[in-house]
Amino acid sequence: MAKVSHAKKSCSVNPLKMSQPIGAALAFMGLRGCMPLLHGSQGCTSFGLVLFVRHFKEAIPMQTTAMSEVATVLGGFENVEQAVLNIIQRTKPEIIGIATTGVTETKGDDVDGFIRLIRQRNPELNDFPLVHVSTPDFTGAFQDGFEKAVVRLVDELVREPENAAQKNMRAVNVLPGSHLTPGDIEELRTIIEDFGLAPTFLPDIGQSLDGHIPDDFTPTTIGGVGVDEVAAMGEAGWTIAVGEHMRAAAEALQAKTGAPYRLFEKLCGLEASDALIAFLMEISGREAPAKYRRQRGQLVDAMLDGHFHIGGRKLAIGAEPDMLLDIGSFLNDMGARIEAAVTTTASPILQKLETDEVVIGDLEDLERLAGEKGCDLLVTHSHGRQAAERLNIPFYRMGIPMFDRIGAAHEVSIGYRGSRDLIFKIANLIIAHREANTHVTPDTWRNPWDAEANGAAIATSFSH
Amino acid sequence: MSVSSKIQDVFNEPGCSKNANKSTKEKKKGCTKQLQPGGAAGGCAFDGAKIALQPFADVAHLVHGPIACEGNSWDNRGSASSGPTLWRTSFTTDMTEQDVVFGGEKKLFKACKEIIEKYDPPAIFVYQTCVPAMIGDDIGAVCKAASQKFNKPVIPVNVPGFVGPKNLGNKLAGEALLDYVIGTVEPEYTTPYDINIIGEFNLAGEFWQVKPLLDELGIRILSCISGDGRYNEVASSHRARATMMVCSKAMINVARKMEERYGIPFFEGSFYGIEDTSDSLKELARLLIERGADPELMDRVNAVCEREEKRAYAAIAALKPRVQGKKVLLITGGVKSWSVVAALLEAGFEMVGTSVKKSTREDKERIKELMGQDAHMIEDMKPRDMYKMLRDAKADIMLSGGRSQFVALKATMPWLDINQERHHGYMGYFGMVNLVKEIDRTLSNPVWQKVRKPAPWAKVGDSWQERALAQIAQEQEALAADPAKAEEARRAKPVCMCKGVTLGAIEDAIRDGAATPEAVKEKTAASGGCGACAVRIQEILDQGAIVGQPTQTINVAAE
Repeated sequence: MAKVSHAKKSCSVNPLKMSQPIGAALAFMGLRGCMPLLHGSQGCTSFGLVLFVRHFKEAIPMQTTAMSEVATVLGGFENVEQAVLNIIQRTKPEIIGIATTGVTETKGDDVDGFIRLIRQRNPELNDFPLVHVSTPDFTGAFQDGFEKAVVRLVDELVREPENAAQKNMRAVNVLPGSHLTPGDIEELRTIIEDFGLAPTFLPDIGQSLDGHIPDDFTPTTIGGVGVDEVAAMGEAGWTIAVGEHMRAAAEALQAKTGAPYRLFEKLCGLEASDALIAFLMEISGREAPAKYRRQRGQLVDAMLDGHFHIGGRKLAIGAEPDMLLDIGSFLNDMGARIEAAVTTTASPILQKLETDEVVIGDLEDLERLAGEKGCDLLVTHSHGRQAAERLNIPFYRMGIPMFDRIGAAHEVSIGYRGSRDLIFKIANLIIAHREANTHVTPDTWRNPWDAEANGAAIATSFSH
Repeated sequence: MSVSSKIQDVFNEPGCSKNANKSTKEKKKGCTKQLQPGGAAGGCAFDGAKIALQPFADVAHLVHGPIACEGNSWDNRGSASSGPTLWRTSFTTDMTEQDVVFGGEKKLFKACKEIIEKYDPPAIFVYQTCVPAMIGDDIGAVCKAASQKFNKPVIPVNVPGFVGPKNLGNKLAGEALLDYVIGTVEPEYTTPYDINIIGEFNLAGEFWQVKPLLDELGIRILSCISGDGRYNEVASSHRARATMMVCSKAMINVARKMEERYGIPFFEGSFYGIEDTSDSLKELARLLIERGADPELMDRVNAVCEREEKRAYAAIAALKPRVQGKKVLLITGGVKSWSVVAALLEAGFEMVGTSVKKSTREDKERIKELMGQDAHMIEDMKPRDMYKMLRDAKADIMLSGGRSQFVALKATMPWLDINQERHHGYMGYFGMVNLVKEIDRTLSNPVWQKVRKPAPWAKVGDSWQERALAQIAQEQEALAADPAKAEEARRAKPVCMCKGVTLGAIEDAIRDGAATPEAVKEKTAASGGCGACAVRIQEILDQGAIVGQPTQTINVAAE
């Protein structure tokens, strides 16, 4: 049971957090033929764009209302209208997702009102999906923006079923949180389909940001869930939500369509994967395919092989709440102790983390705590690299952004197989770090008791 | 001397206490378990020789043979060097079909030349393997020619794998040192505090947990055979004043022959365990003083031992609240066992599986042997039975050698390696504290609860564990219903693993008049292998009169 505290300081140093609008943009990017539009100044979009480009190493569709100083003062209706019309004319999208920013929220632009007015003035857009989400930069974090965007997509796009009692029990809605990679989503899709079920993911970045080479050039998203498919989600028998921040969307979907939901706080690790498989067995009425029986055995074996290396590690982890709980808990299961946990935003699940305290703070806090607690494993996004270097501890990159390695989209950490591979990756990282840094010499144990009294880590291991 | 006469010489080792009890005929058969086709798991003589010599860090170790011998096995040992890294560079002649047909001697000679040109090591050790031995490559002659030509020691280590097991290879490696290396170089200077350490391989660098104490006492390690060893050190080791033979009888021939040739006294000691470390330091001091060192050395040794013991026990006591009452199943052979037991008892662990209650010195030998026997039995155990044993013992953790690791892990039993293949140093005073910490770390890992959870598709009673227990219960029931079968099963229980002698055969021998373990051995061959089961045989004898009918056939192992 963790205590949640806020870092009490005025200056955030080496931020862990990213802003809401780009979280919303990521959610919009999981829709087919979508153009995310940030209502703000050009920089609001371009920073987000660069961040996603560096992370996914892909062309990223993202537009801006390019608010000028005058427009910011007078109100941005014209900029929004122009942006929408230009985007439609130039890129022929199937949907535009509009996220507000700090600039336009401070001004207090009524974007819902703008959209009504745009439709009045341009009747041909009456049925064109324009989904707006309010995501001021100055509250919440990336995960919150993603959450709000998915709720709004459910509100705006899902059709209320004509006959609520008639459900397609083979159809399953999946609401994956922002902590899942395209690879995770593909893995989850495969698992669900293996039980004879037909999942619809909202959003589905597995099909848009998975780094495939498209057949032709598309200025919008190159894949993802279609607007029509989202509309039909009301007919599905079940909804699976992944991550606490998907609860609001799951509840909105349930309220609208009557489809019951099951929320999985975690999908990484043995217990979490067991829970998923058990649920799929239940709703599909099928036995688990042999493949998962084998994979489960492999994961158990990997846990046993991996515990020698991960067990006893003092973990410093910085991640958004749902990833923090998912990955932190799994490493805790493997015998690592969470000594330093930093996150970006409040969430009811933070207190479930197996540690004393979760700090809503920045990477400076994480680095300081990691140093104080003598942590010897760091897990956070790529901006943790400087801290890892200064602390000289093994560093596993996880989350967005991951700009200094390739293949971020295809990292998988869910299910039996993903959890198994995550163990190998982290354990191997620890082994490699030990090989590179532990040089046992005739002087290593010259004064072992002093080191023991000071609690200093003394090299005790050597790998071969 | 030919390989076979060398082997006979090694088998005649009078320094070996086990050997002394053997008949001439038994000695001829060798000191180790006879290899059983289809039932052997250990390494070959080449493997053993390489293990013994490879820690010499500045030497080029050249393996003469096809790629299997070296290519499949190189860089897999955890010895540590404080300087040269050449020992980790792999050299092999990689014999091809052509070499087999035309002979590999020229290639071997050229290989020596290349190594000297490229690496210029102080010496080359050339290991003979099976194939070149079979085609008659004379590595002795090649080494001699190369030594002369390049003016550099090129040492033949004649250990083709087929001559025997790993243990024999250790000894043959020692013979190579005695024949070609030791005594060939004079040390720059000598002191009355010079010692040799034999059979210490500095795995995980753990010898450096002890060396600072020797440094502090002014005791100089003239040569360590072979952990972090150097060629010139071992070549001048004949000038040491005393030898400590660590933990293993594997190279006893070296220690004894050095005593014979150079008058260097030796003792068997261990740096595993708090008490054992103190004992070894004191014994070293005693031997050095006997040979002329200043007697005040003993006072300093006593002071250091007292200080270190106090520190170690204080550190262990601090861990006590975390581990008190946890049950440890300790399964290991060798002399490390007792040291480990003493430290664990001190930390508040409870020992299960082996009857260790008192910690008096008189029990020591007996416990050592008992645990040796347990380790032996575990190796031959079915996973199913092992699982039951772990469950019945209600142990929290099992400590054993690497071989039973996977069975323990598959039975989701916390397990810690305390033998050689591990990565952590457990030597000296500090090492024992390390061990207790490692056990604590393993025990407190939540992973064990996680992996024991049933799968989503598990049906009650259908896990392999439950099936195994049910199967065992069923078999026991069947036996209970059939006294003849039960008796048969009881008698079929193996006692001597090496010679495959059952409890029934031993009882029959006793009934036939054998009254001592030696007499039982005469009749059944039991305890004629590793000797670990002698203590069990004594127990059977102690139980008194054997009841039941003698059987017609006495299961005597083939002579």
